[in-house]
Amino acid sequence: MTTLTTRLAEDDRQLGDHRWLRFAIRRAGRLLVSLWVLITASFLMIHLVPGDPIRAALGPTAPAAVVEARRESLGLNDPIWQQYLHYLGGLFRGDLGVSIGSQLPVADTIAQRLPATLLLAVLAFAVAILIAIPLGMAVAVATQRGRARGLEVGFSSSTVVVGSIPDFLLAVALVAVFSVELGWLPVAGREGPLSYILPVLALALGPAAILARILRIEALSVLDADFVRTAHAKRLRSARITLRHVLPNAVTATLTLGGLLLSGLVAGTVLVETVFAWPGLGSTIVGSIQTKDYPLVQGTVLVYGVGVLLVNTLVDAALAALDPQSTAAAA
Amino acid sequence: MRRTITAMVRTPLGATALALLALVLLTAAFAPLLWGDQADATDTGDLLAGPSAEHLVGTDNLGRDLLLRTLVATRLSIVLALCATAVAVGAGLLLGVAPLLLGRVLGRAVTWFTGIAVAFPGLLLALFFAAIFGSTATAAVFALGLAGAPSFARLCQNLIAGIEARDFVSAARVGGIGRFRVLFRHVLPNIGEPLIVNATVGAGGALLAFAGLSFLGLGVQPPEYDWGRLMMDGLRGIYANPLAALAPGIAVVVAGLAFNLTGESAARSLGISDDVILTAIPRRRRARAEHAALQAADDAASAENAPVLEVEDLRVDFAGANGTTVHAVRGVDLTVGTGEIVGIVGESGSGKSMTALAVAQLVTSPGTVTARTLRFLGTDPRALPAARRRRLLGTSMAVVFQDPMSSFNPTMRMGDQLAEVAVEHAGLRRREARDRAADRLASVRITSPRRRLRQYPYEFSGGMRQRAMIGMGLMVSPRLIIADEPTTALDVTVQSQVLDLLRAIRDDEGTSILFISHDISVVAELCDRVLVMRAGELVEELDVKDLSSATHPYTRALLAAVPHMSTDLERPLATLATLEVDEQRSGRDTGASAAVLGRDLDQSEVSSR
Repeated sequence: MTTLTTRLAEDDRQLGDHRWLRFAIRRAGRLLVSLWVLITASFLMIHLVPGDPIRAALGPTAPAAVVEARRESLGLNDPIWQQYLHYLGGLFRGDLGVSIGSQLPVADTIAQRLPATLLLAVLAFAVAILIAIPLGMAVAVATQRGRARGLEVGFSSSTVVVGSIPDFLLAVALVAVFSVELGWLPVAGREGPLSYILPVLALALGPAAILARILRIEALSVLDADFVRTAHAKRLRSARITLRHVLPNAVTATLTLGGLLLSGLVAGTVLVETVFAWPGLGSTIVGSIQTKDYPLVQGTVLVYGVGVLLVNTLVDAALAALDPQSTAAAA
Repeated sequence: MRRTITAMVRTPLGATALALLALVLLTAAFAPLLWGDQADATDTGDLLAGPSAEHLVGTDNLGRDLLLRTLVATRLSIVLALCATAVAVGAGLLLGVAPLLLGRVLGRAVTWFTGIAVAFPGLLLALFFAAIFGSTATAAVFALGLAGAPSFARLCQNLIAGIEARDFVSAARVGGIGRFRVLFRHVLPNIGEPLIVNATVGAGGALLAFAGLSFLGLGVQPPEYDWGRLMMDGLRGIYANPLAALAPGIAVVVAGLAFNLTGESAARSLGISDDVILTAIPRRRRARAEHAALQAADDAASAENAPVLEVEDLRVDFAGANGTTVHAVRGVDLTVGTGEIVGIVGESGSGKSMTALAVAQLVTSPGTVTARTLRFLGTDPRALPAARRRRLLGTSMAVVFQDPMSSFNPTMRMGDQLAEVAVEHAGLRRREARDRAADRLASVRITSPRRRLRQYPYEFSGGMRQRAMIGMGLMVSPRLIIADEPTTALDVTVQSQVLDLLRAIRDDEGTSILFISHDISVVAELCDRVLVMRAGELVEELDVKDLSSATHPYTRALLAAVPHMSTDLERPLATLATLEVDEQRSGRDTGASAAVLGRDLDQSEVSSR
C-alpha cells in the first residue's frame, strides 16, 4: 500500500515536472529565436545606413585617410558574413565593439550607465504595481454590482486621462509643479534618494492608471464567479476572499497587459532620462544616435532589446505559475 | 461610414470626441494661415518672458510668442503624425496580407516574424530606425511608420484569419478564383472598417510618439517646429517659464485624446471593441436590507430535538428596472430537524435555489432577504455580530452548489481550498488541515487523496469535484448541509454515488440536509420530507411516503412528468402545461393554484411597486 502511494506520488511529480519542462523548453526556444533576430537586426543596422556610416559619423571635414583607417579598424571592409561571425563571436566574449566617438569599449560605457537605468525601471514598475493592485481591487470591491456610481465614473475617467498622458510630458509637468513651483524636489540629475522620486513617478503613474482600470474590470467579473460564492459559503474572511480567490483570477489579463506596459516602461526610460538629465542608458542611446556613433547605438539597442525580451519571458512565466490550466493546455 | 458617424454623434463620448477632433483639424488648417508670420516675428526686447497679457504663454529665446507658435505647430505635428500612420498602415497591410499571397511556408515566416517584432515597444523600434535613417522629420516619419507596422500587421493577420474562415472566402477559393482577386474582392472590403478605426487610434499614438522623437531632437529640426520641438526648447527654460514646455504638452495630449476617443467611440458604434472606458453599468436601485425585528441571540441550543433550522415567512425580493420588484421567494416556512433530509422541489425559477441561498445568508445585492423567524441551531444569525455569525455559519453549515465545474477556484490547489476552511474555522495549522483534507477526500471516496490534494480543479472529473465539494463541507463538522441541485450537472451513475454519499453522512453523523432539486424522483429517493415550490411559494409539504398520494395538481404534474419503464414512448412525454390542461378537463377543483399554473411556467411573478 505504501509503495503504491509513493509510486503514485512520484508519477504525479514527474507528470507535473514534465508539464513545466515542456513549457520551459518552448518558451526558451522562442526567447532564443527572438534573441537571434534582435542580434542580427542590431548587426545589420550599421550596414543599412544609407551612404558611408563612418563618413557620416566623422563628418564631412574628416580626412579620407582617417575615415578609411576607422573603417579598417571596425572591420567594415571584410566580407559581410565574416563581420557577422566576428560580431557574434564578440558578443559571446562580452565585446560590443568600440565607440567611434570616444574610442572606449562600448561594453564599458554600457556597464557604467546600465545600473542607473535598471534601478529607475525596476523602481517604476514596483511603484506602478503597488499603486495599481490595491487601487484597482479596492475600487472593484467598492463599485461591485453598480454601487458607488460616482466613484466609478470618477475613477474610470481619471485613469483614462492619466493613462493617456505620455511619460515625458508627465515628467515635464511634475518638474514644473514639484521642482519649479514648490521647490520640493531636485529638477534633474541623480543625486540622493530624492532625485529618484519624480523620474519614477513620471514612468509609473501612466501604467499604474491603465493597470488599475483593467484590474477593476477583471476583478468585477471575478467577483461574480461561482467560486467566489463558494468562498463566501466557506465564511472566509473578506480579506482572504479578495486576496486568495479574487486577485489571482483577476490578475491574468492585467499581467498580460502589464508585460506590455513594462516593456514600454523600459523604452520610456529613454525619454524620461532626457527630461531629468539622468546619467543612464537612455541618454546614451539618444546621444549616440545624434552623433551617429553606430557601435554605441548597436550596443545600447541590443541591451534594451534584451531587457524587453527578458521582461516578456518573466511575465509569461508568472502567468504560467498563476494559471496552471493554461500552461497545461499550451504545453 | 456615414452611418457610423451619425451613431457616434448620438453618444456623449462620440460627440465630444468628434468636436475635439474637428477643433484640432480646423486649427491645423487655419492657424498657419492666420498667425504663421506673427509666430515667427522676433522681439529682442522681450526675450524668454513669462506669461503676460500680451503673450499669454510667454516668449522664447528670440522673443517669439509661444501661444501662437503652439497653435501654428498644430499643422506640422498633425501632418507628420498622419504621414507616419499612413506608413504604418501601408507597411502593416503589406505584412498582414503577405501570408495570404505568399502561400504557406513564406506566410508562416512572415506571421512568425511579425510576432517577434510586435513584442518590442514602438519607441525602441523607432529609435532603431531613427539611427538608420538619421535625424530629420522625413526620417522620423519613416522610423515611426515602420515601428508601428508590426502591430498593424498583427491586426490585419487576425482580421484576415477571421474572414478566411468564412464560407464565402472558402467558396471563392474552391471556385478557383486567384489570390489577388480574393484579396481585393473579398478580404480588403471586409477588414476596411476595423482598420480605419484602429488607424485613427494609431494616429493619436503616432502624434504622441512623434512629439517624443522631436523632443529627443531626433525629429523636426529648426527652423521648423512641432509640438515636441517646442517642448524641448521649453524644458531648457523651465525655471523661467514652465508654461513654455507645458503648453505644447497640453496641445499634444488634447490632440492625442481627440484621435484616440474618436477611434474608440467609432469602434464602439461599430461594435468592434467592447472596452468599457466610460460605459456606465445601468443604475440599479440600491435595495436596503430591512431586517425583521432582530431576535436576540439566545444560546438555547438546548433541546436535543430542537430543529436545526427554523424559517418563517422567508421573502427574497429583487429591485428590477423602473422601480418594479421581483418577488423571487414569497413567504416560505420551513423547518429541518436534526438528522432529517428535507427536499425542496420545483421547476426552474420556482425560487427553490433562492430559498437555499437566503437560508445560507448568501443572497447578494440587489437582492434583499426578510423573514419573520430565521433560526439556525436556535440562534438568529442576523442578530449576531459579523465575526460570530461567520464563526457559527462557518463551523456548522456547509453549502454544496450546483455546478462543480465553476465552483472551485481554478488557480488554487484542491488541498489548499479544502484546508483553508479548517485553518479559518477550526484553528488548525496548515499541515494538520492538509491531513484532515486528505481524510475527508478519502471519506467522500476519492482514491489516492494525498495525490489529489496537490492537483488543480481542472484535473478532477465533474463527479469527483462534487464529492470534493461535499468533502470540503465536511472539513468542519456541519450540522446542516445545504445542497443546491448538487446532482444536476452529473450523469446518472455519478449522481447516485453523490446521493449515497449524502445519505451515508446523515446516517453516520446525524447531519441534517436541505436538498434542492428540480427532479422529484431524486428527491423521493433521498429525502424524508418534501416541500414543493411553485412561483416563489410553497404549494405542498408532505412526507416522502405520501408522495404517491399527493393531492396538489402541481405535485402530481411533477410526478407524472417522470418517465417510467412502462411509459409509452410512442406518445410525447408529459409536460407541465399539458398535464395542467388535463387536470382542468377532469373537472377537479384546483382552486387558486390553477390560476398560478396557468401562467408562464418559467417566470416568477413581476409586480409593480
